[in-house]
Amino acid sequence: MNIPSSIWTLLIGIALTLVSLWYGQNNHLLPTAATDEAVLVDGLFNAMMTVSVGIFLLVEGILIYCAFKYRRRPGDNSDGPPVFGNVPLEALWTLIPAIIVIGISVYSFDVYNEMGGFNPHDVHEPPVAQKPMKMPGSAIAATLSDTPPSTAPNLNQQKSEEARLDPATASVRNDDQIPQQRNAPGVGVVAPTIGSSPDKQGKPPGLAVNVTAMQFAWIFTYPDTGVVSSELHVPVGREVMVNMTANDVIHAFWVPEFRLKQDAIPGMQSEIRFTPRIMGTYPLICAELCGPYHGAMNTKVIVETPEAYNQWIQEQQVASIEELNQAVAVKPADLSPTEFLAPYTSNLGIQPEILKQIHTNHH
Amino acid sequence: MQSQIIDPAKTDLNHHHTAEETASHHEEHPDHRIFGLILFLVAEGMIFMGMFGAYLAFRALLPVWPPAGTPELELLLPSVNTTLLISSSFVMHNADTAIKKNDVSGMRTWLGITAAMGIIFLCGQLYEYSNLEFGLTTNLFASSFYVLTGFHGLHVFIGVTAILAVLWRSRTSGHYSNEKHFGVEAAEIYWHFVDVVWIILFGLLYIL
Amino acid sequence: MTQAQLQETANQPALIEEPGVRNWRDYFTFNTDHKVIGIQYLVTTFVFYCIGGVLADLVRTELKTPEVDFVSREVYNSLFTLHGTIMIFLWVVPAGVGFGNYLIPLMIGARDMAFPRLNALAFWIIPPAGLLLIASLLVDAPDAGWTSYPPLSLTTGQIGQSAWIFCLLLLGTSSILGALNFMVTILKMRTPGMTVHQMPLFCWSMFATSALVLLTTPVLAGVLILLAFDLLAGTMFFNPTGGGNPVVYQHMFWFYSHPAVYIMILPFFGAISDIISVHSRKPLFGYKAVAYSSLAISFLGTIVWAHHMFTSGTPGWLRMFFMITTMIISVPTGIKIFSWLATLWGGKLRLNSALLFAMSFVGMFVIGGITGVMVAAVPFDIHVHDTYFIVAHIHYVLFGGSVLGIYAAIYHWFPKMTGRMLNEFWGKVHCALTFVGLNLTFMPMHALGMMGMNRRISEYDPKFESLNFLCTMGSYLLAVSTFPFIINAIWSWMYGPKAGNNPWDALTLEWMTTSPPAIENFDELPVLATGPYDYGMSNRNTEVDVPLADEREPVLAAGPSSVLRAEPDPNVAANPEDRK
Ligand code: HEA
Ligand code: HEA
Ligand code: CUA
Ligand SMILES: [Cu+2]
Repeated sequence: MNIPSSIWTLLIGIALTLVSLWYGQNNHLLPTAATDEAVLVDGLFNAMMTVSVGIFLLVEGILIYCAFKYRRRPGDNSDGPPVFGNVPLEALWTLIPAIIVIGISVYSFDVYNEMGGFNPHDVHEPPVAQKPMKMPGSAIAATLSDTPPSTAPNLNQQKSEEARLDPATASVRNDDQIPQQRNAPGVGVVAPTIGSSPDKQGKPPGLAVNVTAMQFAWIFTYPDTGVVSSELHVPVGREVMVNMTANDVIHAFWVPEFRLKQDAIPGMQSEIRFTPRIMGTYPLICAELCGPYHGAMNTKVIVETPEAYNQWIQEQQVASIEELNQAVAVKPADLSPTEFLAPYTSNLGIQPEILKQIHTNHH
Repeated sequence: MQSQIIDPAKTDLNHHHTAEETASHHEEHPDHRIFGLILFLVAEGMIFMGMFGAYLAFRALLPVWPPAGTPELELLLPSVNTTLLISSSFVMHNADTAIKKNDVSGMRTWLGITAAMGIIFLCGQLYEYSNLEFGLTTNLFASSFYVLTGFHGLHVFIGVTAILAVLWRSRTSGHYSNEKHFGVEAAEIYWHFVDVVWIILFGLLYIL
Repeated sequence: MTQAQLQETANQPALIEEPGVRNWRDYFTFNTDHKVIGIQYLVTTFVFYCIGGVLADLVRTELKTPEVDFVSREVYNSLFTLHGTIMIFLWVVPAGVGFGNYLIPLMIGARDMAFPRLNALAFWIIPPAGLLLIASLLVDAPDAGWTSYPPLSLTTGQIGQSAWIFCLLLLGTSSILGALNFMVTILKMRTPGMTVHQMPLFCWSMFATSALVLLTTPVLAGVLILLAFDLLAGTMFFNPTGGGNPVVYQHMFWFYSHPAVYIMILPFFGAISDIISVHSRKPLFGYKAVAYSSLAISFLGTIVWAHHMFTSGTPGWLRMFFMITTMIISVPTGIKIFSWLATLWGGKLRLNSALLFAMSFVGMFVIGGITGVMVAAVPFDIHVHDTYFIVAHIHYVLFGGSVLGIYAAIYHWFPKMTGRMLNEFWGKVHCALTFVGLNLTFMPMHALGMMGMNRRISEYDPKFESLNFLCTMGSYLLAVSTFPFIINAIWSWMYGPKAGNNPWDALTLEWMTTSPPAIENFDELPVLATGPYDYGMSNRNTEVDVPLADEREPVLAAGPSSVLRAEPDPNVAANPEDRK
């Protein structure tokens, strides 16, 4: 290598780095980061974007350079130089990507940890085997000689029952009819959770909301106040814990501005926590194909001031008391799910008839 | 390019390749078929592995296993059946030894016995099915039980058919000999495979 | 004499002068010639590609506007389900098998595949399976996506879903039989002078592919059998209401379907290695490193499947495990990419359609690969999973990768297969239109996904309309770009200029026979008088300028003494220095 070419290499290297760094920080590809967790994810994304732009420019640059510099000139039928490979070079471009991906992995690991991925059920981790959970069929199983019923608590069952203590949640969910899966990290399935971030560990969440997904609606129930809603209202700055499950097929809870997505799976209770930091109205989208109206299964998350939130809760309570009065004549239990859901689904643009048709369609 | 001339003695007619190699190049070499069969059984094995994996996952994920209301499985008949199937592998091996000694009638006898054992196994299986108190859709255990044993039973059936086909072909004298006995060997390897799968299956469904 | 002439001279005894021209009727019969079967595969799968592409354009037409205005929601779901299934199982996977069938016996100097009848059987399974799937569109099409996750797939139409399952079971069987055949052929049928370290890289990558197929496709068969029981017999394996677990389905499905993405790309990695080396007139840089990186990809490919399930209840530690293994795959892939770039560097690039497609392949695949690494990062994947960012990723790797690879391979081997040259001008037009169309269609999808557009929806937020409009226009351009190719291929097949045996001056053995190759390929066993990638060896003594190289040390050498080189058969090597 002669000196000018190495200077060129250096200059190009510097330019490449600068462009990558600039684009990595200024891509504006992601929407508002409306939760604390989203900020972390954006940091990771920008770092990855920096590296990616670098690799992209390097590879495309070499390709274009080769296409011009090394194209065959007319009349030249000779071959290129017999270069067969070089171990140090191969080692170099094995090692550098390896270091890069390990770096990205470590960073991702850290972000995931900060988001609470590893601290799922810190708050109400039950003392093991202190009160064995009631499990359907455990009595019969006990009579079987070979497999004694497991006494390990069934986290899904537990969360389901906990959520059902709230009558409103109980009335929109059918998870008592679906056997709740056992947590089994060993085989790769758990009650999916994103817990609280490490700094909020051990503290109870500021607000708990139960989410029930069904074809094709989201129903939010607030166990503290008994409110039932088709929109998610949360106060800004308080940690929210969402417990969700699905009644029929798999759905997924996604708020792009929160960078949070979690499947709601029948037979499992998914729990995620987040802390909204910017007020606004954001879309809440069902991200898992769940049938023809999957694309319409959207609603809103409203992050508002605590005052506005409290006011909304009060309005809802008044409304639901009125509804309750109406319902004295018809007990909610006697209502079909479609009838019960009608007030919540109508403002999603889904006609009750469709719901009904769909609910009767399967099985 | 001046210094490089082809050495005609060397490139001419592939001097180092013997005529034998060239001949074997023409037809399907029996060795390849055995190798092919083994690869096929690796693939078959993976179907079973997948299903076993699913079974273990269901076991680990349901709060109670076997699910409530599953009557206990009778162990006597399956154990007898298992013994039968395992010993049939040894019987089958005798057939292979016999043909390697060019003893066609010996091979036929052993094959006959193996096929009979296989058929008895299948009948035993059917008998067990008809006496079980649960059906295919009773619960997750029942479904797994029927699907796994049924899928294995299908393989036993294919194995028996293969053995019978070998028996049928061996009527023509000279069809199998100590040199040429791909059919016997293939049927044997297949039969051992069916056997090994059963041992795992038995362990999973009845013992575990 | 050039290297190519040396190789051709040495293989004179193997050459059968009579080109193997076939009657067109042969292509419609149960023919056991691997070349007929290869063509059958390629033509059939291309027809399926056109069908899949038309479905894609119907999808795009629906997405041109935010409202559901072109087809109903149910039909829309069937459209992308069939589009995904057809493109994957009836186009890219079998197209790889088609090239493998045509090329492997020729490349290793064999007369046919190990099991010719099995081979024909494997092909003839495909058309009925494809017809079954497409026919279901008329009755009750499957509409649960190409992944068919239960419980949804158990609640939509039963007929369509069972058609989908049986189609996939058939195609899986076909693919297993093909893979078995390749394994045996590659391991047992090489011409005696060829060790594994002299095989063309396409053979290496088909070997790696076949290993994946053999180990993982059966698991798909297993899970489909269970799904069929759920669907038709009322068992509850994946149905939560009876205690079944839908997540177990996902594990089993991805245990196959993640490796399947490497089944779809590895054959073309191999083809690209060959094409780049021939057309840049330089030995492939780091032959052995590229060869073994295929095996590394295969191995790693089997232990990363749960990266498709980061939001479906995968435990934290497992997410981290799968994240790291997934990212590590970029290391062997990087070895390939950089080796290709190093091969191009300093070459004498013949910028014909084959090389242009191959270079576009490298450029486009890298984009898909990088977004792959991004989505492997769990926190980011949680955001973009099931969005158009993923749709962008899959099309950059599958269209920008596999499909461009297929085109490169067609332009490269068409002269061998038909004995005639393709038209270069129209080839370049095809390449340029495809390149523009591809980026126009799929680049905006990255932004769409990150901003909040989820996939598999027929209606979307109006704020995404303009970008979607661009995508739709791009997809029409892609449709248009196909016509120059189709016409060029048909016209050239019939009237194109004669190609001669070795139009590219290539060294691998498939060029050492007539075009199209004689019925039995070779008369005598072909030999490797020069290595498969020994281009440029006539100026063997020229100083090669490679950073970090030291010619005195074999491990550090970059020239012909490099340990990474694929050497000729020492018994017949044309160059005295290569004889042992
Ligand atoms: C040909 C097909 C193909 C190929 C080759 C790949 C390659 C890769 N894919 Fe992709 N993938 C698909 C097809 C493919 N994928 C499909 C079809 C889906 C969606 C399925 C569905 O849900 O419908 C999918 C989805 C998918 C997901 C799930 C996303 C989600 O649903 O949330 C993930 C996550 O990790 C992923 C990752 C990767 C990675 C890391 C690679 C790697 O192999 C890429 C490696 C390559 C490079 C990295 C570029 C070259 C390397 C260098 C230049 C070296 C330097 C680079 C670095 C240091 C980064 N893919
Ligand atoms: C190899 C795989 C492959 C290929 C090549 C393509 C090619 C294309 N894909 Fe595909 N795609 C997938 C694999 C592939 N896709 C998969 C796996 C999915 C996920 C499915 C799922 O979610 O379940 C998907 C999903 C998918 C979506 C998302 C749907 C959704 O989530 O709602 C979209 C949307 O734009 C899309 C578009 C396209 C387009 C425009 C092309 C274009 O490149 C197509 C260009 C080709 C043509 C247009 C054909 C041209 C030929 C003619 C027009 C000739 C006319 C006919 C004759 C003469 C007979 N694809
Ligand atoms: Cu609910 Cu998609
Ligand atoms: Cu994958």
